[in-house]
Amino acid sequence: MKVRIKFSKYGPVRFLGHLDVMRYFQKALRRADIDVAYSEGFSPHQIMSFAAPLSVGHTSSGEYFDIEVNRFTSEEDLREKLQSVMVEGFDILKVQLLPDKEKNAMAGVAAADYLVSFSDKVPLPENWKAGLMDFYRQESIPVTKTTKKGQREIDLKEGVYLLEVRGEDVYMLVDAGSGSNIKPGFVLETFFEKSGVSLPEYPFRIHRLETYKREENGRLAPLIS
Amino acid sequence: MRNLALSDEILMQVEKPARYIGNEVNAVIKDKKEVEIRFAMCFPDVYEIGMSHLGIQILYDMLNKFEDVWCERVYSPWVDLDALMRREKIPLFALESQEPVKDFDFLGITIQYEMCYTNILQILDLSGIPLLAAERGEDFPIVIGGGPCTYNPEPICDFFDIFYIGEGETQYRNLLDLYKNCKKNGLGRREFLKKAASIPGMYVPSLYEVTYHENGTISQRISLEEGIPVKIEKELVRDVTDTCYPDKPVVPFIKVTQDRVVLELQRGCIRGCRFCQAGQLYRPVRERNVEMLKHYAMEMLKNTGHEEISLSSLSSSDYSKLPELLDFLIENCAGKKVNISLPSLRIDAFSLDVMNKVQDVKKSSLTFAPEAGSQRLRNVINKGLTEEVILEGARLAFAGGWSRVKLYFMLGLPTETPEDIQEIAALCNKIAALFYETVPKEKRTGRVQIVASTSFFIPKPFTPFQWAGQCTKEEFLDKAYQTRSAIAGQLNQKSIKYNWHEADVSVLEGIMARGDRRLNQVILKAYKKGCMYDAWSEYYKNGLWFETFDECGISPDFYTREREDGEIFPWDFLDCGVKKEFLLREWHKARKEIVTPNCRSKCSACGAGRYRAGVCLEERREQS
Repeated sequence: MKVRIKFSKYGPVRFLGHLDVMRYFQKALRRADIDVAYSEGFSPHQIMSFAAPLSVGHTSSGEYFDIEVNRFTSEEDLREKLQSVMVEGFDILKVQLLPDKEKNAMAGVAAADYLVSFSDKVPLPENWKAGLMDFYRQESIPVTKTTKKGQREIDLKEGVYLLEVRGEDVYMLVDAGSGSNIKPGFVLETFFEKSGVSLPEYPFRIHRLETYKREENGRLAPLIS
Repeated sequence: MRNLALSDEILMQVEKPARYIGNEVNAVIKDKKEVEIRFAMCFPDVYEIGMSHLGIQILYDMLNKFEDVWCERVYSPWVDLDALMRREKIPLFALESQEPVKDFDFLGITIQYEMCYTNILQILDLSGIPLLAAERGEDFPIVIGGGPCTYNPEPICDFFDIFYIGEGETQYRNLLDLYKNCKKNGLGRREFLKKAASIPGMYVPSLYEVTYHENGTISQRISLEEGIPVKIEKELVRDVTDTCYPDKPVVPFIKVTQDRVVLELQRGCIRGCRFCQAGQLYRPVRERNVEMLKHYAMEMLKNTGHEEISLSSLSSSDYSKLPELLDFLIENCAGKKVNISLPSLRIDAFSLDVMNKVQDVKKSSLTFAPEAGSQRLRNVINKGLTEEVILEGARLAFAGGWSRVKLYFMLGLPTETPEDIQEIAALCNKIAALFYETVPKEKRTGRVQIVASTSFFIPKPFTPFQWAGQCTKEEFLDKAYQTRSAIAGQLNQKSIKYNWHEADVSVLEGIMARGDRRLNQVILKAYKKGCMYDAWSEYYKNGLWFETFDECGISPDFYTREREDGEIFPWDFLDCGVKKEFLLREWHKARKEIVTPNCRSKCSACGAGRYRAGVCLEERREQS
């Protein structure tokens, strides 16, 4: 049986990298005595799939992973058991038994939305809010994206589905599919660069609100709806 | 929510920021207003190394079980953060509360190897604690050292207020009570230290003075206070079953060296290898009750979620209830996909059978530690492993499907000749040949892999070899070269890989190991010149160290020389249980190539019998 787990990551544990978060949950599942299925072969490991990796330093209220279990009591029972072995900074928000045909968490990710706030050291121009919206309203925003595989010309506009100013923060919904994903920091770096503002190191605090899949009707929905 | 001592900007700049955030599973958080004593427990090396150390886990658990104490952990900031902390003047903090170490009552430092000495100074320096104990005023923590290197604390005695000699489980409560009492009665640091010196196992170096002969050897030690002991006896846990052991060890977020549950089967070793310091310091060998071990194994696995358990001991095969314990673990772990790791196991039919059950044969390699190539030299070092036993173990292993063998040797042992070195290569070759004899062609999946590694012998205090001379760097390297050429000359040389340890750092380790008080100034100066993380070859600065010896007018050769039988050693004022007469007897027997039987078969009257514990209480096959 496949089960999807939604969790939050906040506070000091935001400095854990993706692999360490995976290791943390592998051990947590054992502490919670959850009967996770293991792979076959010489070095069996828990059958586990994480959705979009979160960058070191970011917080989130919409992280997901799937596991395969041999025994299943109820969604609430599993949630409580796992929550009882968490450390501060990780909360188990929801658990859902998945239909067999559901794509695994990693393959199903289509988008994610974020709230970005600025460090005090960012020299925000007077009219940055209007400037940002003008920037976003352009027909297309051609940029060069640097990945592990090299540099690529892309249109930023295609990957940013929604962008708005919320108070002093910036909200955005971006493509999070593998290969086409857009980092929220990159969007704002591009904007400030084009506005001639030079940013200090580590200018943003980034919080992921939710991770989405694309449903058959084309709409985005949280990985657990 | 806890605040972190380091800002986001700093944490984002350093490698592995999770080293510094604390908050791990089973880390103990207390309300600081509810405790009377804040204790910072430090392993002066990087987090991944320090978190792998069992001793700290034991003491952390014990101290936190005291309601009036909050014990927190401290490790060496890695070089990247070290530089940032110095630049930004950020004081070193403890992981749990993220508060400065300087404000604690105690800073405990475990000293596991000589090459961490400069890191001790790094810890003090970053904390803002004066490096020299003599310069610490009332407001600074009491700096207390423990661990194997405190069996010769003299080279670092200026940096510590107290050394705790021996096993930590026994005297901390008394020491902490004394501390509370002194505080209550308004007694200062100096008064506390004077009183502490009378608690068993406590060595307060500032209360003693040493005078030297003209030739540089020690003339005498003088106590500067009346009533304090002249000789300080090690502390020992007589019953290792009815004692504290952590059932909820801290689980690190990041991958550390020892990323598993560690179950300590016993303390000490019956073998008495003459180069081995642990084998003498932890005498007599004391086994833990097997039911206790079963209980703790299951509790620790449940409370940590680790997928591996490692049995820890100087020689696991000598643990008398090993078969029972392993049966239990195999039965209870296999279904839970828990691996069992068995270091320090003698390779024989029993252990191979066990390994077959718990490990993947294809991946694992087998380890033998003959330590010397020839039987003659193995007799000198009292390593009771014979060639027949090694070859029989290897034959069984090859027949059982193993094809990788690791062999450990030491170079530079007392009385070693070029022939002994030749024998290292010959033994490797014999084992390789045995593979081709044992395993028929159609069953081989490739060549047998023999990995031979040599380390350089370093004489250590409280061993029969404490009198021995140590090789120079050139001699060491020449021996490694001889070994390499000898291996290259073997028929099966293509199946044998050879590694050797760094020579220059071994020389320094030897100097520190048998050093005296005059080395404090060298260590201090070397640190100030930039020596740190000496145990890490990429940061070890050999040139800087030996330049510092020169500037201090101290000859390294004085410390590596062979000693006269009657010389007073810097560590002679400590009593580790084993008597100097016994060690001297062993030193003489070594040079006559006479072996000494192990503790279980015959008592050799080493002196540890006075503790009336462990193996000393067992019926022996033969009594002397």
